[in-house]
Amino acid sequence: MGRYVARRLLQMIPVFLGTTFLIYVMVYSLPGDPISALYGDKAADKVFVASKRKELGLDDPLVVQYFNYLKNIVLHWDFGKAFNGQPVWNEMKRVFPISLKLATVAIGFEIVVGVALGVLSGLRRGKFADRIVLVITLLIISIPIFVLGRVIQWTVAIKWDLTKPTVGGEAHWADLMMPGFVLGALAVAFLARVTRTSIVENLRADYIRTATAKGLPRRRVITVHLLRNSMIPMVTLIGTDLGTLMGGAIVTEGIFNVPGVGYTLFQAIRLKEGPTVIGIVTVLVLIFLACSLIVDLLYAVLDPRIRYA
Amino acid sequence: MTIETSDPVLVQPGVPLLEVEDLHVEFHTRDGVAKAVNGVSYKVHPGETLAVLGESGSGKSVTAQAVMGILDMPPARIPRGAIKFQGRDLLKMSNEERRKLRGQRMAMIFQDSLSALNPVYSVGFQLGEMFRVHRGMSRKDAKAKAVELMDLVKIPAARTRVNDYPHQFSGGMRQRIMIAMALALEPDLIIADEPTTALDVTVQAQVMGLLAELQREFHMGLILITHDLGVVADVADNIVVMYAGRIVERAPVHAIYRQPGHPYTKGLLASIPRLDLKGQDLYAIKGLPPNLMRIPSGCAFNPRCPYARDVCTTELPAAVPLGTGRESACHFAQAVLEGEVAADVH
Ligand SMILES: Nc1ncnc2c1ncn2[C@@H]1O[C@H](COP(=O)(O)OP(=O)(O)OP(=O)(O)O)[C@@H](O)[C@H]1O
Ligand SMILES: [Mg+2]
Repeated sequence: MGRYVARRLLQMIPVFLGTTFLIYVMVYSLPGDPISALYGDKAADKVFVASKRKELGLDDPLVVQYFNYLKNIVLHWDFGKAFNGQPVWNEMKRVFPISLKLATVAIGFEIVVGVALGVLSGLRRGKFADRIVLVITLLIISIPIFVLGRVIQWTVAIKWDLTKPTVGGEAHWADLMMPGFVLGALAVAFLARVTRTSIVENLRADYIRTATAKGLPRRRVITVHLLRNSMIPMVTLIGTDLGTLMGGAIVTEGIFNVPGVGYTLFQAIRLKEGPTVIGIVTVLVLIFLACSLIVDLLYAVLDPRIRYA
Repeated sequence: MTIETSDPVLVQPGVPLLEVEDLHVEFHTRDGVAKAVNGVSYKVHPGETLAVLGESGSGKSVTAQAVMGILDMPPARIPRGAIKFQGRDLLKMSNEERRKLRGQRMAMIFQDSLSALNPVYSVGFQLGEMFRVHRGMSRKDAKAKAVELMDLVKIPAARTRVNDYPHQFSGGMRQRIMIAMALALEPDLIIADEPTTALDVTVQAQVMGLLAELQREFHMGLILITHDLGVVADVADNIVVMYAGRIVERAPVHAIYRQPGHPYTKGLLASIPRLDLKGQDLYAIKGLPPNLMRIPSGCAFNPRCPYARDVCTTELPAAVPLGTGRESACHFAQAVLEGEVAADVH
């Protein structure tokens, strides 16, 4: 087990280098000069631009720039400076916890509601409840998130006045409930589908028949025997959702004014703020890798037939 | 001519442990209604081993599952019949009453122990579950009981292996665990659905021997489902032979080997490999079992029967008594028994 984890961590290094380099290349091949862009419609001061480019190392060959960038992260935990002179790390320290909170709310919602709906429709396959869940999940999947977000924001916060319509920099848990609900809606729909499929498949398994023949109450057959065996696809999905929900909440964060990762990343891309974009994406890549490792380790916990050596 | 049988089990007084009476089970599927069981009746007394024989699809397992109450309804439906267990009709009980009988008073052993045991729980957990759920024992006491059970079914090093998972055991050991699980609460009736089919021949004999031994020790009724007539001879008291959801012949076990009373049984017996006939082609009953959505009129076996006459295609044969405890549902039962009818060789 320990060796497996060590091997997986080592394997992460090339993956990490590969993805970050790719992003580095992509960001630096964006058209236009980021320093000139700061001038907007005004003519840029050539001398200033040149000195600034030199200061930021933008004239070095790409590979050298990338190498220096990595070196600074590894040696000094320095993600470089944004164009406004602030360390990128400071910005990240501010936005990641906010997004983590938002993603936590969304995932909590995803798990509770998604599993409940999935189990319900799996057990009632072909019946009324199953159809209803199908319709609900299809609706959620087909309604664009900005429509869903706006509608819920208007209804819950403005019409019913149950919560604040926007969140702001403080990001209190209570204020994050509604945005988390909206952010998690899509994940709920997918998790419900995956759970249903898994439940239906395992419901036919021989060991479920055995559990029934043992005289176990139906409740126990479902919770102890059926659910536990149906969890691997569910855990896989939830595990990949954490990264997605943290980095991909651009629309939700926009609607509810949550100053999180997605929103900041979006702004940074618009302004061609290379260091910020690369820093954020780098951390997101790390989060994805960590989640996938945790999911793989969970497989072994969930299914003793899977052994890591 | 009558066969002299005085099977002690057959003349046993008192209420039988299990009485299946005119049981019908059908499956409602998209393609139509499959009549899997069409009027099965049998009795099992305490301490008796009843073997249920028949080809694949003849309704052996479905009958057993109806007794256990583990059929999925729907698609299954039981339009007719009674299943009396210790005198009470199971089909009239509430689900909760039946659940409490399962595991405690009746238990089932399945064919494929690898898929029948839950892969994600240790065998100790799965054995102990019986005591925790039905007896309200603590986890620790239940684990101790699990070890006892594993000792009972002769699993070496039970104390350490109790924490192992099903896939870590050999097929034979796993089937012993299934047996232990069925025996856990000392039920009165055990249904073993092809308990040795998935095992190696040598292991088969050991497992079957163990099951028979424990059955005697606990004086349980045992329904042994199999399509292997060879397995049956040593352990069973009585046999019922099923075809297309009906019992075509019932008899004490030794009588049937000497003199089958139904053409189908005759065919089954002829298809057992025998050492003294080594080298000869194995006999096989020609044709295939009927489609349960379109069971042939008359005797369901008639399209495959070498003795079939016109009457067989039109009239459902009634059970003909053939001496002590014997019956055959064949229009020519007596003649078949005495070897007096000639087979039409097609
Ligand atoms: N859930 C179900 N839905 C539809 N048909 C079913 C279902 N379960 C069983 N059947 C049908 O009932 C018939 C009898 O099946 P059963 O399992 O009792 O046969 P069997 O005698 O045990 O055969 P085998 O020796 O192969 O185990 C089969 O034709 C089968 O197709
Ligand atoms: Mg069967």
